Amino acid sequence: MTTKIASQEMKSLHFNPRKPATTPGDKVVGAVSHTALTIWSLIVILPLLWTFMSSFKTSSEIFASPFALPSQWRFDNYVKAWTEAGIGSYFLNSVIVVGSALVIVMVLGAMCAYVLARYVFFGSKAIYYLMLAGLTFPIFLAMVPLFFVMKRIGLLNTLPGLTLVYVGFALPFTVFFLFSFFKSLPHEITEAAALDGAGEWRTFFQVMLPMAKPGLASVAIFNFLGLWNQFLIPVAINAAGPRVLSQGLAAFAGQMGYAVDFGALFAAVTVTVVPVLIVYVIFQRQLQGSVSQGTSK
Amino acid sequence: MTSVKAKTLRIDGGASAAVVPDTAPPVYKRRRKPLTFDKVSFFVVFLGLPLAIYLLFVIWPFIQAFGYSLTDWSGFSPDQNFIGLENYRKLFTDDIFMKAMGNNILLVICLPIITIILSLVLATLVTVGGSSKGQIKGLRNSSFYRVVSFFPYTIPAIAIGIMWGQIYDPSGGLLNGILTSLGMDQFKSYAWLGDKNTAMIATMFVIVWGFIGFYMVLFVAGIKGIPAELFEAARIDGAGRFRTAVSITIPLIRDNIQTAYIYMGILALDAFVYMAALNSGGGPDNSTLVMSQQLFFTAFTKGQFGLASAMGVVLAVATLIFSGLVFLVNRLTGGDKDVSL
Repeated sequence: MTTKIASQEMKSLHFNPRKPATTPGDKVVGAVSHTALTIWSLIVILPLLWTFMSSFKTSSEIFASPFALPSQWRFDNYVKAWTEAGIGSYFLNSVIVVGSALVIVMVLGAMCAYVLARYVFFGSKAIYYLMLAGLTFPIFLAMVPLFFVMKRIGLLNTLPGLTLVYVGFALPFTVFFLFSFFKSLPHEITEAAALDGAGEWRTFFQVMLPMAKPGLASVAIFNFLGLWNQFLIPVAINAAGPRVLSQGLAAFAGQMGYAVDFGALFAAVTVTVVPVLIVYVIFQRQLQGSVSQGTSK
Repeated sequence: MTSVKAKTLRIDGGASAAVVPDTAPPVYKRRRKPLTFDKVSFFVVFLGLPLAIYLLFVIWPFIQAFGYSLTDWSGFSPDQNFIGLENYRKLFTDDIFMKAMGNNILLVICLPIITIILSLVLATLVTVGGSSKGQIKGLRNSSFYRVVSFFPYTIPAIAIGIMWGQIYDPSGGLLNGILTSLGMDQFKSYAWLGDKNTAMIATMFVIVWGFIGFYMVLFVAGIKGIPAELFEAARIDGAGRFRTAVSITIPLIRDNIQTAYIYMGILALDAFVYMAALNSGGGPDNSTLVMSQQLFFTAFTKGQFGLASAMGVVLAVATLIFSGLVFLVNRLTGGDKDVSL
């Protein structure tokens, strides 16, 4: 903290009335750097643009020339992907599962992190390390037994089952991230709340939780991306259940190897990509900020 | 950055401990209240509920996997014979599994290094790559590059895989289209993922493409945490850009780099989604087959759950060894002591 304030003061002290001249060396370095960054940006953007453009083409147009614009901008591919390939219902399933898992894991994760960070009791350290262990172990190891756990409790191939598993696997990261956040909140506030007669529950929900908002927001964004991208868990324990988006997309692409409707495949990919990209562009400021918070804590 | 914080905190803690006299403990004891309903329900819900879910769906399966790995269980029959380490013996004499492990090792070495170097360069450019006069700042319009670079990270991995599968497509793909239009006709119908010489490299490129942006943002955050005076001081002492990056930036964001290395390595040991999307069969001559694919196939297609669990354990042990190695190397090269501001 102190270093940060100091550096801000330093910056204002460094006020320079004349704009510093750029040396020729700077210009060369700048030009090279800009070229490199521009090439990199193209490598990122071109595939996305190409996918978007191809989603309006017919299969024969795609194979005729990868660059040519579609002869007409038709939306049949989207209709086909949304209804026939079922991307629409997969999308909805994903929204339901990821949405509810996100709410549950944020509430439970915040509670757990709060207790671990603010109370010292027998075994609190052990529980914290148990959480850390969940972060480092490869998720693959758990898949086979998890399949049978789900089967035994009757939640295999169901959306609620999938939601609960998502919660379980997102929990360690959430607790780990929020732990340091709750730890840094001043103890005087809890004491003040207690003096005012607030119980444990009220202190948490009305005092501590609102104070942790910035931390909650960043964890929520990362959890959302992580869960929305999840592929292995649904494929392993929800193979025969109502499909979620990533699972449905993979199945669609798998069929595609034989029946050639590439336009619809590109449309399906576009439908998957565009909503997240839009959300990202809207929230990118918070997200970039949250990464710095997460790492500097 | 983390260690800096930790150090200040430790100093604070030490100071307050010195101020609070030895009489503190009895005061706390007198304050302790009897267990109320509020307190009990609070602990049950706040700690019990998350822990229950976590133990049932995460920890319990992990533990069970070790048990299953010692049996010949096929999953759907009740027979489950204890066969000791037989599964492991089978794995280590299985050529295909060893090939898969070799591919994982190749990934674990290459992927983190490439990703971290590229994202470090990009992060440096957008934070301190600007003019060498005046205030320390990044290149102009660098926030645009930062936003764009992060795009791939937001895209579901399976969509990335499918998209690049199409880009690499021999006849209608973007890559061959670009190359032939540049006059390289030998790539007219070259199958990038179908040739064992290029399948792995093409796959690695896709994974790197997906992750550079994320690590770039991580490193940008780390570099921004370094006080600007340090860079200015180095500049006054006559350090060039490269020297500044090597002697100031990298040592001071060492913790971030270590974290990035471990995350990326764990991802490389898994790599299931990308492999499944780009070459679900393991690629030409199994050149892109990884252990996780083999595990999935053994468990859910062949139904050999005992053997698949053993593969899972091998993967887990590999992950632990890898993390341990990264910590060790970082410690040996002095990662612990030289970060002091």
